Amino acid sequence: MNLLEFRNVRAAYDRIDVLFGIDLEVPAGSVVALLGPNGAGKTTTLRVAAGLHPVLSGDVLVAGRRVNGTAPEELARRGICLIPEGRGIFPNLSVRENLRMMTYAGVTLSAVEAEAYERFPRLKERRRQLAGTMSGGEQQMLAMARGLATSPALLLLDELSMGLAPIIVEELYSIVAQVAREGVSILVVEQFASTVLGVADLAAVLVHGRIARVGTPAELQDDLSKAYLGG
Amino acid sequence: MDKFLTFTIVGLSLAAIYAVIASGLVLTFTTTGIFNFAHGAAGMLAAFTYWQLRFEWGWPVPVCLVLILGVMAPLFGVLLEVVVMRGLRGTTDTVKLVVSISLLLFMIGLAQLIWPPGVSRPMSKFFQTSTPINLGPTTITWHQAITIMVAIVAAIGLRLVLTRFRFGIAMRAAVDDPSLSALNGARPNRISMLAWALGTALAALGGILIAPNVTLDAPSLSLLIVSAYAAAIFGRLRSLPLTFLGAIVLGLTEGYLTGYLPQNQYLPGLRIASPALLLFLVLLVLPNPRLRGRMTRSREFFPMPSIRGTLVFGGVVIVGGVVLATTLSTPDQLTYGRLFPIGIIALSLVPLVGFAGQISLCQLSFAGIGGLVMAHLGHGGDPVALIWAVLISAAVGALIALPALRLSGIYLALGTAAFATILDRWIFTLPKFSVFGWFNVDLFTQGSINVDPLTAFGKTFNSAASQIVIGAIFFALVAFLVVMIRRGRLGRRLIAMKDSEAACATLGMNLFGTKLLVFSISAGIAGLGGALYAMQLTSIQSGNFDLVNSLQVFALSVVGGIGAVGGALFAGISLYVVLPVIGVLFPTVVRWVGLLPGATGIGLGRDPNGAVSQMRDGFAPLAGSPSSLLVMTLTLAALYGIRLIDAIDNWTFVGGLVIVPLVASVIATVSAASKERMLAQLEDAPDRTPMEWIGIDRPWTTEDLATLDLALGTSELELHGPA
Ligand SMILES: Nc1ncnc2c1ncn2[C@@H]1O[C@H](COP(=O)(O)OP(=O)(O)OP(=O)(O)O)[C@@H](O)[C@H]1O
Ligand SMILES: [Mg+2]
Repeated sequence: MNLLEFRNVRAAYDRIDVLFGIDLEVPAGSVVALLGPNGAGKTTTLRVAAGLHPVLSGDVLVAGRRVNGTAPEELARRGICLIPEGRGIFPNLSVRENLRMMTYAGVTLSAVEAEAYERFPRLKERRRQLAGTMSGGEQQMLAMARGLATSPALLLLDELSMGLAPIIVEELYSIVAQVAREGVSILVVEQFASTVLGVADLAAVLVHGRIARVGTPAELQDDLSKAYLGG
Repeated sequence: MDKFLTFTIVGLSLAAIYAVIASGLVLTFTTTGIFNFAHGAAGMLAAFTYWQLRFEWGWPVPVCLVLILGVMAPLFGVLLEVVVMRGLRGTTDTVKLVVSISLLLFMIGLAQLIWPPGVSRPMSKFFQTSTPINLGPTTITWHQAITIMVAIVAAIGLRLVLTRFRFGIAMRAAVDDPSLSALNGARPNRISMLAWALGTALAALGGILIAPNVTLDAPSLSLLIVSAYAAAIFGRLRSLPLTFLGAIVLGLTEGYLTGYLPQNQYLPGLRIASPALLLFLVLLVLPNPRLRGRMTRSREFFPMPSIRGTLVFGGVVIVGGVVLATTLSTPDQLTYGRLFPIGIIALSLVPLVGFAGQISLCQLSFAGIGGLVMAHLGHGGDPVALIWAVLISAAVGALIALPALRLSGIYLALGTAAFATILDRWIFTLPKFSVFGWFNVDLFTQGSINVDPLTAFGKTFNSAASQIVIGAIFFALVAFLVVMIRRGRLGRRLIAMKDSEAACATLGMNLFGTKLLVFSISAGIAGLGGALYAMQLTSIQSGNFDLVNSLQVFALSVVGGIGAVGGALFAGISLYVVLPVIGVLFPTVVRWVGLLPGATGIGLGRDPNGAVSQMRDGFAPLAGSPSSLLVMTLTLAALYGIRLIDAIDNWTFVGGLVIVPLVASVIATVSAASKERMLAQLEDAPDRTPMEWIGIDRPWTTEDLATLDLALGTSELELHGPA
């Protein structure tokens, strides 16, 4: 079964089309990587999946149910968790208050804290600090904590690696792999394939708002360079 | 020392009220991004309601308080959020401002509808009859003590809500990033409803506390509370602790001024105006988010006016003036004739707000200066005084622009509102004074001052009819001037500045000079309007030019469409033709008329381009059909002829004036549509959708994809087609 499915989805900003009818499947329990050059529409795809951006035509299905037009907060409460591009945190709230916000998804604060502090002990030391004053890596950990602590069914990750040192990226992706092993379905966006293909079961290449290629990481590796040149 | 303590207590209890009101304002502003000008009016309504329940119906105090603060005010806040504020997401600062100003006007209208003005409504203070508490050297009344306690409790309570309760944390989270908040699962609508409920309850609390100290009067109470906004500015509209500090500074200043200001005839106004003065100063001193690079994507769009269209517009206005002057009775001329001077004042907003994006809420103050110049220098109707009116108003405009230049958005709006308040409450109330012994200034001598009608070409234009025609001619001229500004170099600079100050600055544009220029042009136009207005009124007083009037003109101009001269005419017509006409036609609803300007402005959120652009779109086919246009003009002229020989009365005439253009435009639209259909059939044209509109105007086809692939060089990639 597909946990997330896009059927011929079109989306636009004002009257400028960005997604030209894409089809995409995230089978339950798998990790799918969505790759593509700048401006291909990867972020838009994730925003559509999370309900932040409207669908012009086509269908978005979650666990087989059509969810077009569902508000992002309702999707979040039903277990869809998007960690957005950049820092998905509230900079003017303390770490603990950031964690408190995660309880809207239906878990208790103590459960959130236990999970977050266990995976990222550094957050515990800094729980009273304003989140915006932490380092980039710590902020990304805090953002990731929501993906872990709220036990979502579907995790949507947008460029986890942006602006981070390779060692931290590696640490974050090892956690992604761990989460995947626990059965969470994941759709992960990256610009550069190398970081993510190691953990992905499937990969799709998005170019100019259309899915140009779908396959296993091995199959795709060869075509990738071509895709970037073509874009 | 006793005196000092006494006035410290006076100041602190004022500070407490300001703090309560301002913190509510900060709460709604931070969580929803809307600066609610009507915040004070909510407090005003609460004060009236409290008076009604407590003193008119004699209900017990706790019942009244629980009902108002716990039920009515929060519900009212939720209602505001759902009906008005929610629709404002994604609109510009100007639209948000106009909607909340309109709300203020609406609420004042509502209060005056329910509680007609001119009736004394005394309110006693809490525990008025109990003996004051003895503090040794001085005493503190129970009301003062309670007020200060309430503020402390409110401060602690707010702090707890915002840091300990999840919905409070979510309110702060919404300030940081509303969509991330939704991704967390917080329901944004519910959060902002809660913020408005809480904010309105705080306004209500402040209103009930302040009302016993002043007279219960809807406009002054609503605007008096505007003073509390100065405290919120101390906190840069964000920080609650700084807001409380600001409230203390504000309250103490007012308290000490009450106690220590020397007793002379010039200074009582200063004390009343002191919050506004402080607001003005704080705006100037505090660092400002100037030259923000962020471009606000607005839904507003104003097309370039054509010269031909403007000439036609001007001609129609003048003909309209002649028609009014020849068909109306003298009293009616006095009523409806104001539309032109007020229209000119509204025109002054077009270059400033419409083109340059600089908000000003003090245009009537400039008009007042124009009126005063006319009254003092225009003895015997000297037309040279009109020129002086323009020049002096323009100079004052430039003077105000100097400090205001570093402000933008709502800060500028507040700064100009503060300026208007300072003039209303202090400057315009000054008795005769002399400037360094050079010359004497005597503004509104005994509260009002006479203005002579214009005399030119050996003729005195003292009839109401001739004044209307003069007003119409001046309106047409100024409208033409404004259009020429828009079409010229200055217009381009102003529009560029509105789009992005940062970009203009990097391009080396002289922002300072440009702003100064547009401020003085605008003030000059307003001064001209004020001078003409003064002549029509024959006797003026400061109340003709106060902030509430400015707010009305501002709101209706924006509703009409602030980017075009038609919007200014709309403002004039709505205020001085439509409202009186409704009052005459439907005498039973005349009391409701006061609600209309506000209600119209609240509707603005739906179409930020204004009513006039909608009308113009509706009449567009007419302009393209010369035959319909000719028939319409002839019919209207015939109608006018019939009216002149008194064969029909004014109501029939007006009915005709409305119906004939409507019918003509319907005919033109129908004929244009059928012509288009014919053309389409003739050509049987192939689909010529341009590339970029494919997928928008019609769905994508495989051919399109192939073409695009070719163009983008993506053809060798394997397309993953639908399963
Ligand atoms: N708010 C917006 N308004 C208008 N256009 C937008 C907006 N956001 C994105 N776009 C456009 O939509 C297209 C797709 O953007 P998107 O952010 O989805 O790309 P992306 O694949 O995530 O790129 P990147 O790798 O740089 O993050 C781009 O051409 C971008 O310019
Ligand atoms: Mg992106």
